[in-house]
Amino acid sequence: MSAYNFAYLDEQTKRMIRRALLKAVAIPGYQVPFASREMPMPYGWGTGGVQVTASTLVPEDRLKVIDQGADDTTNAVSIRRFFEVTAGVETTTEADRATVIQTRHRIPETPLQEGQIIVYQVPIPEPLRFLEPRETETRKMHSLGEYGLMHVKLYEDIARHGEIATTYAYPVRVGKSYVMDPSPIPKFDNPKLNGSPAIQLFGAGREQRIYALPPWTPVKSLDFEDYPFDPSRAAGQCALCGSTSSYLDEVITDDSGGRMFLCSDTDYCARRVQEGA
Amino acid sequence: MTAMLKISGVSKSFTLHNQAGVKIPVMSEAHLSVSAGECIALVGPSGAGKSTLMRMAYGNYLVDAGEIWVGDVCLSSASPRDILMLRRQTLGYVSQFLRVVPRVPTTEVVAEPLLALGVEREVAHERAITLLKALNIPQRLWSLSPMTFSGGEQQRVNIARGFIHTYPVLLLDEPTASLDAENRAVVLSLIEQARARGAAILGIFHDEAAREQVCTGEIDVSQFL
Amino acid sequence: MNPILRATGITRRYGERIGCADIGFDLYPGEVMGIVGESGSGKSTLLNCLAGQLTPDAGSILFDSAQQGVCDLLTLSEMQRRTLARTELAFVHQNPRDGLRMSVSAGGNVGERLMGVGARHYANIREQALSWLERVEIPADRIDDRPSQFSGGMQQRLQIARNLVTGPRLVFMDEPTGGLDVSVQARLLDLLRGLVRQMGLSAIVVTHDLAVVRLLADRILVMKDGQVIEAGLTDQVLDDPHHAYTQLLVASVLQA
Repeated sequence: MSAYNFAYLDEQTKRMIRRALLKAVAIPGYQVPFASREMPMPYGWGTGGVQVTASTLVPEDRLKVIDQGADDTTNAVSIRRFFEVTAGVETTTEADRATVIQTRHRIPETPLQEGQIIVYQVPIPEPLRFLEPRETETRKMHSLGEYGLMHVKLYEDIARHGEIATTYAYPVRVGKSYVMDPSPIPKFDNPKLNGSPAIQLFGAGREQRIYALPPWTPVKSLDFEDYPFDPSRAAGQCALCGSTSSYLDEVITDDSGGRMFLCSDTDYCARRVQEGA
Repeated sequence: MTAMLKISGVSKSFTLHNQAGVKIPVMSEAHLSVSAGECIALVGPSGAGKSTLMRMAYGNYLVDAGEIWVGDVCLSSASPRDILMLRRQTLGYVSQFLRVVPRVPTTEVVAEPLLALGVEREVAHERAITLLKALNIPQRLWSLSPMTFSGGEQQRVNIARGFIHTYPVLLLDEPTASLDAENRAVVLSLIEQARARGAAILGIFHDEAAREQVCTGEIDVSQFL
Repeated sequence: MNPILRATGITRRYGERIGCADIGFDLYPGEVMGIVGESGSGKSTLLNCLAGQLTPDAGSILFDSAQQGVCDLLTLSEMQRRTLARTELAFVHQNPRDGLRMSVSAGGNVGERLMGVGARHYANIREQALSWLERVEIPADRIDDRPSQFSGGMQQRLQIARNLVTGPRLVFMDEPTGGLDVSVQARLLDLLRGLVRQMGLSAIVVTHDLAVVRLLADRILVMKDGQVIEAGLTDQVLDDPHHAYTQLLVASVLQA
């Protein structure tokens, strides 16, 4: 595979991205700009995550890639193959055996461990963007810690729906400083961000931003005193493994309203089935 | 007796910059003083400067020379802020024109001077209603804006506004003009009550009988031209 | 009593042109000052300098802050200045679109300043928003509607509520009754007068409408070509104008 440099990107680019990553880890939750490269896939397919993964990988790594929790969807399979070809690293679907996990929209059910790196694909890194379109202004708001606006969004939710209706990309406060978009993970996964033993890296390719949470960083989901954060999940049971605590996908089975729930984390589910749970 | 209002050596002219800079002298070396309990009438032919003198005494016109004292404040050299305070607390003015925010109810218009002094809303409104009643403004009009009223009604609203606070110094510009006999009598008795409580009053009264009844002295303004 | 705002030597140039030159005044608590003049006279430049939206080339603006004591608005750190702008200062724009979030409900618009200073109790925020909507005569059942569904007068009243909810001490207003129908203007003026009196607000109001300034302002500055050419008690300046330009301005008002 000598046609490619290790992990596709040239060494200069990886060095540039690593510098951004180091800065991001040093300032948890702060969005570090980086010179995002063209990747052999369209924006929105994880170009940010792929560049971060490429800059993080070493030949000894074992990579897992998931899309909405699943190892077997097109996006996950393609990215896994991409790194098999360009980096020649070992891949796995088992969360606890992976050293690097690239993910779109989920955090594995299996608790992350010290030494692991999880890379999130991020479409829009700026949590204030939908309320304040000016980048100059949002940067200022971050630097001055003016986050009242974030609560305006939650206020609007309650006023309109009677509860905080934001169910994914639920904003969090990192320590006592930056407010951060956790990428479009379900709010069910938000508690896993808090005090995680793994290094958490976030890459937004189109928006050219990298941010990070070093291990053990306190992360709090925003809420109101009288409307506390609630990491709810569908009230149901996985039809395959019977789990009542995992995050479930709803699957429509026929045209007459038949449906069932399945774990969105395929690795977790398969292993429970195997263990005869 | 101490002079509550003292005008000394006051001169005034208007320069019309947009009409070839014409300078119109209207008054020179005006002198007068009004003590507590006095009511002095300004007399003289139309155009002699009665209204101009009243306006200067209220700080509405500047003076070119001389001084005007209200109590122990030199009005003619006071800052806008001091003049406003003086107008709130000491110096009342009943003009011939009613100038109010459109659509504000009459009771509110009348009560405003008291509200500005920080008097409680209910007390101020009660006092306003008492005056409106005394001045025969029908109750159905109280909640309407006085801008829609007849000339005589507007004049009485103006008077109610001017007498709601016990100003130590009062300036009255034709208070009885366009009033019928009954209301004229009410206004004159208000003036007499004000005098009796020790107000110093300067007024313009074309109504000679009224002047006879309430005034303690006269000053012919034409002598100052 | 100390002035709440003391401006000295405020100068702002646009290249060779002068926006406003060497302007100074004291504003006392509870006082409303009007700034009048035609467009291009520098009144908006001055207001924007005072309100921190433009940086003057020279001058100082001392503000008597309840939290920070007397401070120069021009040398404060941006953080301190923006904190003041959310708490003790307020700015009412001519166009409500500039002062409101059009995609956020009326309640959210009013609540934003509260949340900006740390309010985190939904029911309390909503209660305060409701009470302010009532004060500016917006029906309670419109609290969850967006301002884009409001009339111009309602939008302007909402902007006022949004600004006053944190109890500011000094309010800047740029043509607050500008784009409104005459009938709506009157109600807004009355509302502003009442609020100024009840809350003991100080205010600086820029307008070209002499009738508005007469009813709202205690005293005025008349500006022309970036200079203050006449200043004083509002009724005195309007009834006995001394400067040629002021005389022209007063004489040019159409009689209804």
